[in-house]
Amino acid sequence: MNAMLVLQYALSYAQIAMIIALGLSGWRMLYGPRAQDRVLAIDTMYINAMLLFLVIGMGNGNVFFFEGALVIAVLGFVTTACAAKFLMRGEVIE
Amino acid sequence: MSHLNNLSPIIAILVAVLVVLGSSLALLGSLGLVRLRSFYQRLHAPTLSYSYGALLIIIGSMMMFSLLEERLVVHELVIGIFMLITTPISLLMLGRAGLRRDRDAKLGHDEIVPPRISPGAGIEIPARDLSEYGEGMMDRRILSRSAKVEGQTDISTDEPGGSD
Repeated sequence: MNAMLVLQYALSYAQIAMIIALGLSGWRMLYGPRAQDRVLAIDTMYINAMLLFLVIGMGNGNVFFFEGALVIAVLGFVTTACAAKFLMRGEVIE
Repeated sequence: MSHLNNLSPIIAILVAVLVVLGSSLALLGSLGLVRLRSFYQRLHAPTLSYSYGALLIIIGSMMMFSLLEERLVVHELVIGIFMLITTPISLLMLGRAGLRRDRDAKLGHDEIVPPRISPGAGIEIPARDLSEYGEGMMDRRILSRSAKVEGQTDISTDEPGGSD
């Protein structure tokens, strides 16, 4: 019974840590001096949200949070690739 | 949290250690994104949460669901392999875009698409000073050289040691 309590506290700590990490990268997205800093911060926010979904799914015992995490990962990659291409060339598809 | 009672205590402690380590490393990556001083230093910080945070949390989740459902659950490996493939691509593209933008700002054709400026167009835009955006973002030789070029029309006095 004691190990269950340890795992429960660990999952709560992981959720709080991922929320703090989301807040820190959101600060960098708001105050980043140039555009590439903001794009990097948005990419980090996607990854942190994906890990937060995984941890919430572990806490609930629900497998369906995994699919949300997968969708967030794919969207994060597409967003970062498009934004980097736009910063590089001025157009996304040429 | 009734589903956690089905786990054996050793596996529960192991999953707890993995999850705490992974989330702490992801938090350190975001802290480095805030604390570091230049864009090229900040590019290295979130790779902690890309690699170690995702890896440890995925291993913990695989272990926990495999023991809860009493079969081998490996569908978190899809996220792991996807992260392994896409992270170098996106960070490489972002780094190259940052290099390109900084070089354009140093050479003075910032915010204008470079192929549209022909050399004899008469557009003279001074080089921007990027030194408040981080360490090592501006070398003084380009600024002094562009100031010198504005004074005299001969550009043939290039230093042999290039600025890049």
